[in-house]
Amino acid sequence: MFVRLVYESFRRQKRRKLLAGAAITLGVGVATAMIAVATDIGDKISRELRSYGANLVVTPQEDTLDVQIGGVDLKPPSDGAYLDEADLPKIRGTFWHHNIVGFAPMLPVNVSLDAAGSAKNVTLLGTYFSKPLRFGKEDFITGVRITHPWWKVQGAWPDDNSQDVLLGENLATKLDLKTGDQVAISGQIHRVAGILSTGAAEDNQIVAPLVLAQQILGKPGAVRRLYVSALTKPEDALARRDPKTMNPELFDRWYCSPYVTSIAYQLQEAIPHSHAEQIRQVAQNEGTVLSRIKGLMLLVTLAALFASSLAVSAAMATAIFERRTEVGLMKALGAADVSVAALFFAEATLLALLGGVVGFAGGALLARQIGRSIFDSQIVIEPVLFPVILAIAVIVTFAGSGLAIRRAVKFDPVYALRGDA
Amino acid sequence: MSAPTLSAVASRRTASPHTSMFLRMLLRAAVLRRGRAASALFAMVVAAAVATAMLNLYVDVQAKLRKEFRNYGANLVVVAKDGEALSVDALDRVQSTLGGHGLAVPFAYVVARTSDGQSVVVSGTDLDQVRKLDSWWSVTAWPTAPQDALVGARAAALVSAQGKPFELSFQGRTIHLNPVGTLRTGASEDSRVYLSLQDFEGWTGVQPSTIEIAASGSPEEVNALIQKLAQAIPDAAVHPVRQIMEGEARVLGKTRATLFAAAVLIILTAALCVLSTLIGWVFDRRRDFAIMKALGASERLIGGFFAAEAAALGAVGAVVGFGFGIGVAAWIGRVNFHAPVVPRFSVLPMVLAGSVAVALISAVLPIFLLRRVEPAMILRGE
Repeated sequence: MFVRLVYESFRRQKRRKLLAGAAITLGVGVATAMIAVATDIGDKISRELRSYGANLVVTPQEDTLDVQIGGVDLKPPSDGAYLDEADLPKIRGTFWHHNIVGFAPMLPVNVSLDAAGSAKNVTLLGTYFSKPLRFGKEDFITGVRITHPWWKVQGAWPDDNSQDVLLGENLATKLDLKTGDQVAISGQIHRVAGILSTGAAEDNQIVAPLVLAQQILGKPGAVRRLYVSALTKPEDALARRDPKTMNPELFDRWYCSPYVTSIAYQLQEAIPHSHAEQIRQVAQNEGTVLSRIKGLMLLVTLAALFASSLAVSAAMATAIFERRTEVGLMKALGAADVSVAALFFAEATLLALLGGVVGFAGGALLARQIGRSIFDSQIVIEPVLFPVILAIAVIVTFAGSGLAIRRAVKFDPVYALRGDA
Repeated sequence: MSAPTLSAVASRRTASPHTSMFLRMLLRAAVLRRGRAASALFAMVVAAAVATAMLNLYVDVQAKLRKEFRNYGANLVVVAKDGEALSVDALDRVQSTLGGHGLAVPFAYVVARTSDGQSVVVSGTDLDQVRKLDSWWSVTAWPTAPQDALVGARAAALVSAQGKPFELSFQGRTIHLNPVGTLRTGASEDSRVYLSLQDFEGWTGVQPSTIEIAASGSPEEVNALIQKLAQAIPDAAVHPVRQIMEGEARVLGKTRATLFAAAVLIILTAALCVLSTLIGWVFDRRRDFAIMKALGASERLIGGFFAAEAAALGAVGAVVGFGFGIGVAAWIGRVNFHAPVVPRFSVLPMVLAGSVAVALISAVLPIFLLRRVEPAMILRGE
């Protein structure tokens, strides 16, 4: 009888059930989308924060002092120690290699540039632009186009195996050179593939493939420093501790967390005779910006949950309020308060489950759409979210109907049947 | 309510027969069915509050986040042309152009020699301002007294390995310095020695060649500032620091887009919640509607009555909700950004118009549906 009552109620009051179900679906959908976006926003924003460039720099252990003002190297290029280019792919073998977005080696060399009949001493910076590398069985691409996304080129990026170069914007203006021109660098003719604009020291330099800089210097495989762009976890109490004073258990936890300091430690392990340091301007500020944005989205998600639970409650209350006469009739026929309430709760649960499933699917689609249109990447929806969302839907529906059901049951059947609500 | 005297009622009626009855019906409808009216009003207030909070946050969050982004340091650099020094009053001109909306710090550089003949870059600057501009500098102790120096972590090994006082010479002049603090940044600052500008100028006689500026404001404002600075200091080049400007624009843009999507979703949900509650409320009163119609009221009058009721509800709900919403936004600002979100009264007309529109839709829709129904049917309870 109970099942039949529920079934008939759904069959005969399709419009009303559809309305209440739609409200639940919508509420659950919005809640799902917001929770999915909020849980994933940290990851997405930390990827966007990588547009600030590298947050780690690796230098040779025995490195001599930079004598550099405004990006102009005042030191003779021959002295100082170097990293070995052959060691670089080993970065992909470190514990947190999935968090390493990219790296770019740098090798500055002082050269003489002959153009328009006059020789000029400038710095040539050798680097990877977009170099395919291989570690073990894994192929990957890395270079300044990943680590320095604000570098803009007019013309084309040179190929990493070519002899073509990029000219800094200011240098090109000063010498009146443009894309496609030939320049003589230390006696050899090279083609200008493009004009580079960075807003920093490179605007007065020549940027060339690493191999070319090594040829000029006469040291194959030499790398002066290495910029690494890694996704990191904001610093907390554990990250600020000195790893040398940790006990083995704590050290393992520190080692297995993607802090900027532990990634630096692992880079030092991977590359022999190196010293890795965080670039504090980038690394330290990331944490605050990230935590602010995450906090903001969390609070906004709370607001969304609040609004959607209110919408569900309101829809349920209205739906039940409209059925006073039905309650009156049941009670007049001798139904106990408990069985009337049970009927309504059963209906509410069914609605909540149906609306919850449809809403979850809709919300997941919505979250994907948001991820694709704003961040150009998928928003991952944790499967664990499904039972949580369903439970929330049932609880909110119950809470919304509870008060209305109580009032409907308490209502005198005589008034209800007479229509004096 | 005490019954008004007959004469008073009569005089009021002769003064304005229609308006008084109209107002009375509006008022009594709200007073008599307090429960339903209150729940409708509650839904309205909550929706208006949520909408206000979201809109306010959306407008203000940019300013709040920009402040966080200024921790990344200078976004503009003024450099003297061709390695010369800036004119003596350049800093004052920059300061007056900035007008307090930012921080400007001068830097002077020379290459000095240590006692054993090694080259090291020495910089003179306003240390108090640097501390504000470059908050990421990790410094063990900031210099306070004259002849105190801040030594970069890598330079320290060269100039004073044991933290002992050391000497530097530049063009034959020597200065005696105490290394009070060590500086660690992970960038070129690590290989430099920093002095106060007074010490530096007294020793080398070299004037600042670079001014780093952290300018607050939108990209348009910063670009306008670049133009103004270029006019104010014609003997120098003004560069934006692209790394900082573009990173900021990107992250800010994405955050705002996400917040916008969230705001649209939340406001839509709130509006639908109001819509369903109000439709239920109006539909519930189909008896009132039928009686009015049976007593000979025109459809326009009834429509006007319900519309006026809904509009009043919407307006009251919007104003009360606006107050709550401002409170919520301020709370979020305090919790997340440690600074209250400024109330934006420009949001009020939007919330007001939106609330009244939603209320009107939810009043007119049921009336439109009921119009064709015979009043007798409704009164009989069918």
